[in-house]
Amino acid sequence: MKFGVVTFPGSNCDQDMVYTLRNIMEQEVVELWHKDTDLQGVDFVVLPGGFSYGDYLRSGAIAQFSPIMEKVIEFANNGGYVLGICNGFQILCETGILPGALLHNENQRFICKNVYLKASTSKSLVTANADLHKAYKIPIAHAEGRYFIDNEGLQKLKDNDQILYQYCDKDGHITPDANPNGSVDNIAGVTNEKRNVFGMMPHPERAADEALGNTEGKLMFDSILEQVQ
Amino acid sequence: MSKNAADTVIATKEQAIQLGLLGEEYEKVKEILGREPNFCEVSIYSAMWSEHCSYKNSIVWLKTLPKKGPHLLAEAGEENAGLVDIGDGLACAFKIESHNHPSAIEPYQGAATGVGGINRDIFTMGARPIAQMNSLRFGDLKLDKTKWLLKGVVKGIGNYGNSFGVPVLSGETFFDESFNTNPLVNAFSAGIVEVGKTLSATSHGAGNPVYIVGSATGKDGIHGAAFASKDITDASTDDLPSVQVGDPFQEKLLLEATLELADTDAVVGMQDMGAAGITCSTAEMSAEEGFGMDIDLDKVPTRQDGMHGFEILLSESQERMLVVVKKGKEKVVEDIFEKWDLNAVQIGEVTEGGVLNFHKNGELIATTPAEPLVLGGGAPVYEREYSEPAYFKEYQKFTIASIEEPKDLKKVAEFLIQQPNIASKNWISEQYDSMVGTANMTTNEPADAGVAQIKGSDRAIAMSVDCNSRYVNADPYKGTQIAVCEAARNIVCTGGKPSAISNCLNFGNPYNPESYWQFVKAVQGMGSACEALKTPVTGGNVSFYNQTVTKDGEVPVFPTPTIGMIGLLNKENKMSLDFKKESDMIYVIGENHNDISSSEYLAKYHGVKESPAPYFDLESEQEVQDAVLKLIEEKLIVSAHDCSNGGLFTTLLESAVHRDLGFNITTDQIIRKDAFLFGEAQSRVVVSVPTIYNEDFMEMMTHFGIDYSLLGYVTKGDITIDDESWGDISHFKSLYNEALEKALD
Repeated sequence: MKFGVVTFPGSNCDQDMVYTLRNIMEQEVVELWHKDTDLQGVDFVVLPGGFSYGDYLRSGAIAQFSPIMEKVIEFANNGGYVLGICNGFQILCETGILPGALLHNENQRFICKNVYLKASTSKSLVTANADLHKAYKIPIAHAEGRYFIDNEGLQKLKDNDQILYQYCDKDGHITPDANPNGSVDNIAGVTNEKRNVFGMMPHPERAADEALGNTEGKLMFDSILEQVQ
Repeated sequence: MSKNAADTVIATKEQAIQLGLLGEEYEKVKEILGREPNFCEVSIYSAMWSEHCSYKNSIVWLKTLPKKGPHLLAEAGEENAGLVDIGDGLACAFKIESHNHPSAIEPYQGAATGVGGINRDIFTMGARPIAQMNSLRFGDLKLDKTKWLLKGVVKGIGNYGNSFGVPVLSGETFFDESFNTNPLVNAFSAGIVEVGKTLSATSHGAGNPVYIVGSATGKDGIHGAAFASKDITDASTDDLPSVQVGDPFQEKLLLEATLELADTDAVVGMQDMGAAGITCSTAEMSAEEGFGMDIDLDKVPTRQDGMHGFEILLSESQERMLVVVKKGKEKVVEDIFEKWDLNAVQIGEVTEGGVLNFHKNGELIATTPAEPLVLGGGAPVYEREYSEPAYFKEYQKFTIASIEEPKDLKKVAEFLIQQPNIASKNWISEQYDSMVGTANMTTNEPADAGVAQIKGSDRAIAMSVDCNSRYVNADPYKGTQIAVCEAARNIVCTGGKPSAISNCLNFGNPYNPESYWQFVKAVQGMGSACEALKTPVTGGNVSFYNQTVTKDGEVPVFPTPTIGMIGLLNKENKMSLDFKKESDMIYVIGENHNDISSSEYLAKYHGVKESPAPYFDLESEQEVQDAVLKLIEEKLIVSAHDCSNGGLFTTLLESAVHRDLGFNITTDQIIRKDAFLFGEAQSRVVVSVPTIYNEDFMEMMTHFGIDYSLLGYVTKGDITIDDESWGDISHFKSLYNEALEKALD
């Protein structure tokens, strides 16, 4: 499968994603530059984490206007697969491709730590392989990761089964204590109605290398490859 | 009147002194120039001869430190940072630096720009930073001011480093009221570069163009070097414009552009702009090989109109570099910076003859040879007086017999693990991105040192920053030896072999003979420990004038020679500090002592501040470290954790909390129980051994012939000391984890 990983100025998880896809998942990866206007025939676009354009305004607010995003939006609207991690998720929400918004964490601080996630549906490319009863240990690292959506939007997400992941404790219970940032309904990731665009705050690419002692994030990439191939 | 009058007016001696020069130094400037200097030239000399840039009061002693080691590719002072060969054709560049004074008055920007500065030192050499650490000191946490400083510093380090995208792998934070006015912010960075691909801070080849790249130059940080070379007082907020403002986004772009540039053959030399901005970078690069530069200050991109020449020269605006480019390769440089949307502007060219000429509005506004400006060249060098303070001998008189042993040691334990110096620092470390770069090997298995894997290799780099300021205050010589040894011990407990150190020497006013005595003794202690451990000193920085205002006048902060050490390990040897499973045996390697000197227990529980440094013996330290490393290599132990602040009880607790296990131990009958549990005698490591390895372990320890003793075994969760149950780990864990956050509310 041919992945394209976009580098915006200020992206800082782009090379981690490239390494994970290329060296660990052994896939073909094209590095896409924010000024590019050609997706080079990739099958799957990844918007990585970081601080695109410095993120001095709202996170992701500037990146949505970059030349490459015009093509990514077009690609997504035509059914192409797009995954946004952390800053990538923020960008996708800013463009409106994904519903909701990401606000400052409830405690107003940057939080970097391992958290537990539970897949809320098997009906998506990224969660198809997940055990719905298992808590997966995946790290987060963000200051603006509090997922917000109004009640009507939330109901729609639920009706359409668009919630991908929720924060839980290590036994898989979705509790307020296990919610690291104050997200509505402990939501950590969502998909669009057409189920070809995915966004999540946690970083699966940081839990994919055996040398680091945690490979629970690798399952997500396995799932993508298995479903598409 | 000329447009340049502010620069070209002849400076008086009084003005020179106001800018920080000594009277004798002003006379020396006159002698060098053969005339009276103008205001711009005096500004240049005051910045370059400030303590911060010239090391004039410290260099005599720094030169005594061991500099040679088999793995060193660049010795102290040769480059912006030390360079250690790590095999596979790679080298590690690393350095630690202070940003104390800016952080004292503007904690957020002060700390942020400290992070920016240290990372620039690394990537200006062509190395990609892969790991950061920091070492922080604050005053009494009960004070609102301390809380403000701590929150600001942590946010500053976090926001800058998180955006820049280099993980914070490790660090230390220590509180003592001597830091009430003057916190310490020491930032460390390490990067990786291919051997032979490093860039140097040098210049040659008359006619080669000189470029300024990165951010535009503004009025921030003017006279910052001079400010950093003054006492911190209540009036220091008047110096607020001396503090720079950081922009991590620009730094990230500058990093990527610089590393792309390093991959070309277009560059003669490059240096980042830190203290004294354009002045320092032009002077140091030129002096390196005896060339000069003609610089047109009108070409420097500025943030505002009408800046004077001296302002442009002294501005410490962040995220800028000076690059000397090979003539004919200008386009290569300009294209790379264009790609990253950064300025790259030619501001002058290299000249023969070693003279710096600065022009403004078509007029030569300052001219001076480069060599007299710089450290190692003509900058002043002083030997300062020092004398042993009276307290030193007084502290030695302390005996443990003067302290009554408390009846309820469980209460003492609960008290101690909630002290800010001992309690979990998660509130701080979770605000730093510790995982970006996917190289951090201690996220899931905590260890005494930070560990960054080298991708595509079977190696990793271990690193630790250490200094117990209380020990150093009690005994600067021994305390600094301990700091070096603790850093090494942390690396050894992680399975690494210590390679080299960088240091950050935070002391009081060098003109105060008692402060200077602390400095001299600390440098001597560091030298002796580094000799013994074969960990040469690759560089670092000195920060004098750290003091706190009290009602009795100004008192120096606890002397703090922070040691930043790196070591190498094979990934398969990486050891963690956490107990692994119930019924594993727990041993302490090294000798227990009837000693509570300078312990957190003595200082905080008993309130006794006057005691010597804890028990320490350099030779047994080395034996313990050798033994632990061998045990790790032989795979006979499954955890190793060094015994430091808080003593054995804290060490055991820290090993137990990660997996919610407990421990059942027996204390030593000939050592007082409080000293056994809470004393901080050095050179001890707590290890756990699965029962199936127990015999092999004991056999190997007998072979080493060093002291070790069985403490007990790992339990499912209960903590038992001498058959008395102290309760479940969950109770201690919540006290330990929540104390800092509670103290900050």
